[in-house]
Amino acid sequence: MTPPGRRPGERLVRSYVVTGGRSHPSRNTLDLVTLLIAALGPPLTGLSPEKRRLMELCRPGALSLAEVAGHLELPVSVTKVLVADLMDSGHLVTRTPIPSAGPPSDTRILQEVLDGLRSRL
Amino acid sequence: MDSAPDSDTVYLPEGVQTAVKLLVVGHFAVGKTTFVGALSEIRPLRTEEVMTQAGALVDDLAGTRDKTTTTVALDFGRVTLNDTLVLYLFGAPGQRRFTGLWQDLTRGALGALVLADTRRLDQSFEVMGVLEELGLPYAVALNDFDDGPGHGLDEVREALDLLPATPLLRCDARDRVSATETLIALVAHLLARTGELEHA
Repeated sequence: MTPPGRRPGERLVRSYVVTGGRSHPSRNTLDLVTLLIAALGPPLTGLSPEKRRLMELCRPGALSLAEVAGHLELPVSVTKVLVADLMDSGHLVTRTPIPSAGPPSDTRILQEVLDGLRSRL
Repeated sequence: MDSAPDSDTVYLPEGVQTAVKLLVVGHFAVGKTTFVGALSEIRPLRTEEVMTQAGALVDDLAGTRDKTTTTVALDFGRVTLNDTLVLYLFGAPGQRRFTGLWQDLTRGALGALVLADTRRLDQSFEVMGVLEELGLPYAVALNDFDDGPGHGLDEVREALDLLPATPLLRCDARDRVSATETLIALVAHLLARTGELEHA
């Protein structure tokens, strides 16, 4: 439903309505590149329209939190609140985000990134 | 309801387990989005973040009436590197005042590429300053605009006051191969640096 006269990018509902007035997610481990996967099982009944849209976007395959925000045209902060709720309710699971334990553990991943980029030339 | 996912949504390959991010930063109109677009396997996406100006995040009721917010656009793209690893590239403006955005962006980021323009070198200082404060390693790439003054790299290195180890190279942000080579230089630098830290 796109009402006539709605400018591109303009949201129908204000952010604080979408998140139920909250500005912080229920968990702080979410990152822009946290990979989100829809869990099989929990029905979408009872979810708010925004959460339902998010679930419908995620059902066919994995996407990063940033991609979900981009596709849904929601700010990252709002997306994080919705994602955290959907994790709490068992609708979404995440793949382990970046191992940010510090420099030494990054060596393997950096080598892998380097090899991957070189293979594209 | 337009609840159907975009028809152009490109999902990650099933085996992808790990996502990493690199930042592409620089002043306004330096070519960040072009660079991300040249490399990305998906149509670059844009998301926005509503930022509270630095300082106003402090829990101070008296200060709330002075609170100003700005919308910062983040353009990003994706490069699947192998069966299990995906790289995200985030193009972000380099202004210091977007403190909250920087913290979110740099958390877990491997490093940053500073795109610079020889016609406006002075505008790159703020970006590099922010990265240094956050401890994020970076390389600098001059996006070679055809009409830019033909400074030598040595001259630019001196003007930007770069550390000897910081890579400085030229690139064409529109060109996939050039952009890939630029990222390779950055990641090779990050790897060398990590190796040094490990053996220190």
